Amino acid sequence: MAPKAATGRTSRNPDLIRGVGKFSRSKMYHKRGLWAIKAKNGGVFPKHDPKPAAAETPAKPPKFYPADDVKKPLANKRKHKPTKLRASITPGTVLILLAGRFMGKRVVFLKQLTSGLLLVTGPFKVNGVPLRRVNQSYVIATSTKVDISGVDLGKFDDQYFEKEAEKKKKKGEGEFFEAEKEEKKVLPDDKKDDQKTVDAQLIKSIEAVLDLKTYLSARFYSEPQFFISKFCFME
Amino acid sequence: MEQQAQLKDGRVALVNYGKDYGKLVVIVDVLDQNRALINAPDMVRSQMNFKRLSLIDIKIDINRVPRKKSLIEAMEKADVKNKWENSSWGKKLIVQKRRAALNDFDRFKLMLAKIKKGGLIRQELAKLKKENAA
Repeated sequence: MAPKAATGRTSRNPDLIRGVGKFSRSKMYHKRGLWAIKAKNGGVFPKHDPKPAAAETPAKPPKFYPADDVKKPLANKRKHKPTKLRASITPGTVLILLAGRFMGKRVVFLKQLTSGLLLVTGPFKVNGVPLRRVNQSYVIATSTKVDISGVDLGKFDDQYFEKEAEKKKKKGEGEFFEAEKEEKKVLPDDKKDDQKTVDAQLIKSIEAVLDLKTYLSARFYSEPQFFISKFCFME
Repeated sequence: MEQQAQLKDGRVALVNYGKDYGKLVVIVDVLDQNRALINAPDMVRSQMNFKRLSLIDIKIDINRVPRKKSLIEAMEKADVKNKWENSSWGKKLIVQKRRAALNDFDRFKLMLAKIKKGGLIRQELAKLKKENAA
């Protein structure tokens, strides 16, 4: 068949109606310059030899043929859209955690990671919350903001928080008894240093605002006498 | 005994129910036993049931159903806004609005201030008790 049109080139044959072009085959022959291409090639349309196919490695016959025909599942090429960050959450916003170990703690939002989770920090010295990932749904955003312009967050991504791959232990009788004394998981020193560098800058900005440090070290709580539905978190 | 605010053309009222809750309006005419024609600088002139209005102790000098322009002039002359904001009722409403709009951080600061205030009061009280005991 004729070679494809170059990328970005629209059709030279405008549609009168879908399926019906303005120009006939002979007109299009002229417009596309096929006569010129033929003339250049000595009256014949240039042929390109097919590229030599890569030598096929002899396929090993499979070890196992299933007894019944196995249906192949349909290919699913769906991709998740990136998680939308609520407009009320911007870098430096104070968030209230609603679930988990640090329920009720007020933390500072740093950035949204590629997985969609939010990277937050206490700061650790203020309320004991370390650099941590948190889901947007379990968070109330307040309108209080902390200045985080001086903080470098380039090295923090989802991989930073992945569990270290445990080496596979070979099963053996002796191993079963030894496995009873579990090693205590200690946080590596470089992670502790990361926490310190991030927090150093934050604590300066926090101490600049009156009462903000006490605010962050206190937990949020609700009692029946609070009309929490009437509480305003954003101004 | 205090005289109650009289229902007449020119009486200022506070809307206490519905879409226009909290607005100050002027009664420009009485339609029947239950309804009044009201007007305000930021509203279209409309009717409202008396049950939705709380009469206020402020009156302006207008004829029956004035034009919007003369209404606004009369309100300026009577200085309705300032009189309202300086009245005890008006001040209470302003405080209520401010409290409702408090941020979580503001509520925390308020709590600290209340604790501090309570502490100071207790200190003074303890001093007075000591003086009395002595």
